[in-house]
Amino acid sequence: MNESLVTLIGRAMFAADASREWAVAASIAVACVLVLFVIAVPFASIVTWVERRVWARIQSRVGPNRVGPNGFLQWLADGIKHVCKEDVIPDEADAPLFKFAPYLVVLAFILPWAVMPFSSELILADLNIGILYMTAITALTVVGVLMAGWSSNNKWSLIGGIRSAAQIISYEIPAGLSIFPAVLMTGTLSMQGLIRAQSWEPYHWFIFANPFCFMAAIILFVSSLAENNRTPFDLPEAESELVAGFATEYSSMRYLFFFMAEWGNMFIAAAIIVTLYLGGWQAPGLGGSRILMNLLQFISFLVKVLVLVFVSMWIRGTLPRVRIDQMMSICWKYFVPLGFIDMIGTAIWVAFFPQGSRLTELTMFALGIAIVAVFGWRVAYFTRRARMELYFHPTI
Amino acid sequence: MGTLRTEEMTLNMGPQHPSTHGVLRFVIKADGEVMREAIPDVGYLHRSIEKIAEKVGYHGFMPYTDRVDYVCAMFTNQGWAMACERLAALEVPRRGEYCRVIAAEFNRLASHLLTVGLMGMDIGAMTPFLHTLREREMINDLIEELCGARLTFNYMRIGGVAWDLPPGWRDKALAYLDHLDPILDEFNALFSYNKICVQRLANVAPITAEEAIDYNLVGPNLRASGVKWDVRRDMPYSVYPDFDFEIPIGSGEWGTIGDAMDRYMMRIREMVQSSRILRQALTRMPEGPVLAKVVRNFKPPAGECQVRVESARGDQGWYVVSDGSAYPWRVHVRTGSFAAMGMIQKLSRGLMIADLVVLIASLDVIAPEIDR
Repeated sequence: MNESLVTLIGRAMFAADASREWAVAASIAVACVLVLFVIAVPFASIVTWVERRVWARIQSRVGPNRVGPNGFLQWLADGIKHVCKEDVIPDEADAPLFKFAPYLVVLAFILPWAVMPFSSELILADLNIGILYMTAITALTVVGVLMAGWSSNNKWSLIGGIRSAAQIISYEIPAGLSIFPAVLMTGTLSMQGLIRAQSWEPYHWFIFANPFCFMAAIILFVSSLAENNRTPFDLPEAESELVAGFATEYSSMRYLFFFMAEWGNMFIAAAIIVTLYLGGWQAPGLGGSRILMNLLQFISFLVKVLVLVFVSMWIRGTLPRVRIDQMMSICWKYFVPLGFIDMIGTAIWVAFFPQGSRLTELTMFALGIAIVAVFGWRVAYFTRRARMELYFHPTI
Repeated sequence: MGTLRTEEMTLNMGPQHPSTHGVLRFVIKADGEVMREAIPDVGYLHRSIEKIAEKVGYHGFMPYTDRVDYVCAMFTNQGWAMACERLAALEVPRRGEYCRVIAAEFNRLASHLLTVGLMGMDIGAMTPFLHTLREREMINDLIEELCGARLTFNYMRIGGVAWDLPPGWRDKALAYLDHLDPILDEFNALFSYNKICVQRLANVAPITAEEAIDYNLVGPNLRASGVKWDVRRDMPYSVYPDFDFEIPIGSGEWGTIGDAMDRYMMRIREMVQSSRILRQALTRMPEGPVLAKVVRNFKPPAGECQVRVESARGDQGWYVVSDGSAYPWRVHVRTGSFAAMGMIQKLSRGLMIADLVVLIASLDVIAPEIDR
């Protein structure tokens, strides 16, 4: 589809009577965006439902459980509610920018779905610069957020917008540097190419390929939290300091757009990490039909992404927010140098072990298992010590 | 190289702002994220409570005292009752005093739970807030059984308390304390000793002991600066001399003595001590009446008195002047939050905006107590 679109756009630009082809090209572009929107919105919305339930459980609440089974359709109800509400634009706001900002944020959130590798065949466009496209497009968010903060003509919004700009731009650097190790090992930027270079066995994932990759994956995860304004880096919308940050003056659907983009970006960030370091859609080949194979791959991809999304929710339910100077020092003093070390280290590693080192992979895999086991044991220990019966039967 | 010219920004924080704990207002002069100064502006919650006392009489003022500090209304109840008793030289039955101490210490627990939870909320973690509110809810249930109200208790009377403990209440209260102690440990593990929490709170706005005394800070804020002063121990009232408890003071083990972390930890340590006092009070409770015989038309002889109560927000002073009639001639309440508010302007210089929120939460400023 994308080739025909490119051809059409090319002909529209250079043909003699361009008007009709312009119209066709424009309508196809709009249709593409709509298709992306239809794919992206349910994913983002389901993430909102999961987050609200998980978060509620962490905080010993119940969470939304009225609309649909276990409150599953709550996102639909909330969406309808927000669309029906009055769209207030403050008198003193810069109206055109104020109206445009949410669309920019949503654009940054729906365009990455074009290269989202759901399975070996379920991908809209396997661009040869896929991962670059992904990072470039998601960075558009900052323009929208800054625009929202500036045009609201509210000092709290402005501080939120500026904080967001500083934060997202800073964390783009370690995030970008952490993408390099995987790219260096495969020599491709294509999403499918990156995934095909790994396999379904966990010890063939790039996260275990060498110590630098392991570190890079962790840096990428933490940076993605910061880029998506997630706790502990949710400073731009710090509700206790800045009222609601850049979204203070927004209401109705425009407000919803910001938060839909935030949750959608969580999914996208997790998908990037899964693609680069956790084997993407790779699933064991069971020799079934093509559809079955793709379904299996889709499930494998989704499970990995949702596990990462869950970890991010868990972090949100546990940690307080860091202060802006601490956030900046984490980025510039630790993550950026570590990112460079990862990049150079991987480059040297690839020079020495062009085919990878089986021993390192297995050692790293064992280390990973050990970390998860120790962590799981600690969680189990504290859960037991917390005397659960008191939580669920609080009446004494 | 010349310095970058920056412009000062004036920000208006409040009266409606999510983290000012009620209707407080601050005018912030900020240079980017760093504050030059935050000027507190009080008076948004002034309800003339002291003046009301002059019109409703001694008995009738008791429900109004709840509104002086609705987060820990038992102490305001107690302060008013004690002031009237001292004016009239009334003796409170021993069981009545025990009831007062039990109710007040439970209220201290509830108030401190709210404070530490709000600290979590103010630095961006919502979970601690909901966990402490869950515990506070159980205290509210207990107090509701005791006096029928959950927030504005109106439990105490001049000469004692309104109702004796309900049957079976003592065992429930002890069971709750058994439940609370491990919860506090868990809360510490979850939140207080969290690396980010310590980083956010340690070394923020430290107050030295001299400054704290100069600015008349009281209660946990004063003790966090290392001054061992507690009205319950140093000017004992009620039956507090019967109990064995410690006065925790700020240790500065995370940063400077008297920083926000110390003030925060002070609340948690006081909860442990409150729990100790409660266990002793509940087990040693004597039998007898809870309310002395007090005439309905209460007219204390002319004179004045000043009583001090150690409320959850510190030394609370009640000054009452009687002219011998059925109405007090003048009432004044001296509250801890007001003094703490006065110090914010000095402490805020050079802090970041995010730290102002921490400062307000760590000083445990409650809006109704400032204005009355």
